[in-house]
Amino acid sequence: MTKTWRPGRWLIILPPLIFLLVFFLIPFAFAFKISFAEAIPHVPPFSDVLTLTPGHRLKLDVHLDNYKYLLTDEVYGLAYLYSLRTAFFSTLICLLIGYPMAYAIARAPKSTQNLLLLVIMLPFWTSFLLRVYALEGIIRDNGFLNTLLMHLGILSEPLHIMHTGVAVYIGIVYSYLPFMVLPLFATLEKLDPTLLEAASDLGSTPSRAFVDVTLPLSIPGVIAGSMLVFIPAVGEFVIPSLLGGPNNLMIGRVLWDEFFGNHDWPVAAAVAIAFLLLLAGPIAVYQYYNVKQIES
Amino acid sequence: MERRSSAFLQTVLYTGIGLLYLPILVLIAYSFNSSPLVNVWGSFSTVWYTALLHNRQLLESALLSLEVAVAASTGAVILGTLASIALVRFNRFRGRLLLTGMVNAPLVMPEIITGITQLLLFVSMVQLIGWPHRGFTTIVISHVTFCTAYVTVTVQSRLAAADRSLEEAAMDLGASPARAFWDVTLPIIMPAIVSSWLLSFTLSLDDLVISSFVAGPGASTLPMIIYSKVKLGVSPEVNALASLIVCAVGACVLVAGYLMVRGDRRRALETQLAAKHA
Repeated sequence: MTKTWRPGRWLIILPPLIFLLVFFLIPFAFAFKISFAEAIPHVPPFSDVLTLTPGHRLKLDVHLDNYKYLLTDEVYGLAYLYSLRTAFFSTLICLLIGYPMAYAIARAPKSTQNLLLLVIMLPFWTSFLLRVYALEGIIRDNGFLNTLLMHLGILSEPLHIMHTGVAVYIGIVYSYLPFMVLPLFATLEKLDPTLLEAASDLGSTPSRAFVDVTLPLSIPGVIAGSMLVFIPAVGEFVIPSLLGGPNNLMIGRVLWDEFFGNHDWPVAAAVAIAFLLLLAGPIAVYQYYNVKQIES
Repeated sequence: MERRSSAFLQTVLYTGIGLLYLPILVLIAYSFNSSPLVNVWGSFSTVWYTALLHNRQLLESALLSLEVAVAASTGAVILGTLASIALVRFNRFRGRLLLTGMVNAPLVMPEIITGITQLLLFVSMVQLIGWPHRGFTTIVISHVTFCTAYVTVTVQSRLAAADRSLEEAAMDLGASPARAFWDVTLPIIMPAIVSSWLLSFTLSLDDLVISSFVAGPGASTLPMIIYSKVKLGVSPEVNALASLIVCAVGACVLVAGYLMVRGDRRRALETQLAAKHA
């Protein structure tokens, strides 16, 4: 069957392959190259790393200063650590909220399942930027939450949430929760209910059966969901920029400021490459589980 | 115990869903507030919606964003469908692993990295071959890249679930493989293609970070304008605009979901009928 497709198959494979190669993969090579350049007041604002001299020889002009700068200026190290920490705890909170949600959907009757999934997905497809903005209306000092709590007499003074680390956590959990629920649901749905019955027949309490049967079998979903939240959260820019304060310097914001504020493209490229190296592990884990899931 | 745990699950589920929607509902409510002060409720009014119509900058950027979204989602649907055919139907080919990786990586790659690397590529390309200049073209190319990933994943799962025997039957009746695919399988995956077009459209319309990097100084998409306004604080005009966008996009997603479900039902019905006749 595949043999009969053979003459035309490269017409199908090559367009997406070449497009993604040129516009997704090769850009990393250029970023890598430019991370060794020097910032100069010129258009474009960086020096040539590779030049062809009149004698047709390649001249390499490598500056390691950008990486030295990343290592010596502690802003970058702190921003990386802060981003990793924020992403880690946000992922944990998403997992704690998302797991019961996914479990509840998986146990709901089939007819309501699709509706619930649509309800969970709908906010994901509606504008990310506007949802983060909408959150401001809830958590700012004179926003919905404080007005409500003060009206009910629970608070006498508003809670300062906006422009703090707490606001960044709320923003990330709120925005990325659907990414946690969906993969968890996908694995929990496939769980064989007879396994739980068997555990119960053998004398397990429901909570014991959950710990011994459900939880271990849902690990692939836990990993997939956690990666889908953790990786983009580390690089989050919009949330710390709109909801966070000056202390909540995540690496995405540092990179943005380096690029748009300082116009230092080579340093921005070096930040991006260092950042990518940091994420290589999690991305590899995600890809591995993804491929395994598709193959099965 | 059983009942208590299920009550707990239900509570978490519905509270979670409620919290997902609360900010959007509050935003829509405030968009009808006549007072420009965010903490004061004036009266019900559509004044901010009328103000939108007179804001040239917003209208122009909205037009650019719509043009980009149409071009990008169309391009992404073509490339993504081809990629999903390649991944589902061709078991072994050179570059299969590479294609799988490149299709999945944009889904998790932080936008800020994709944005800066693509910009550096475009700038370097201009130095080498004089194309593409930053603006409409570069925004479309960048959007096609990440939308292709979403299209491929959506169409891929539908194509993998499609019944191969129908296509084989068509070939037994003398259709060429390409013809059999076009006449039999394409209609089956059509709902997935249409809905992934709509979803790419909304993703493109929404993108801020990648566009900010690759747009260049001349072009501003709608999210870029919204971001610069929002950065200065809450703006009642943005509330109105946001409510419009959220409702329009929500409607698109519901239509996409409906098309997928209806396609499934109709196909199930047709299969049943065919089985009865056989």
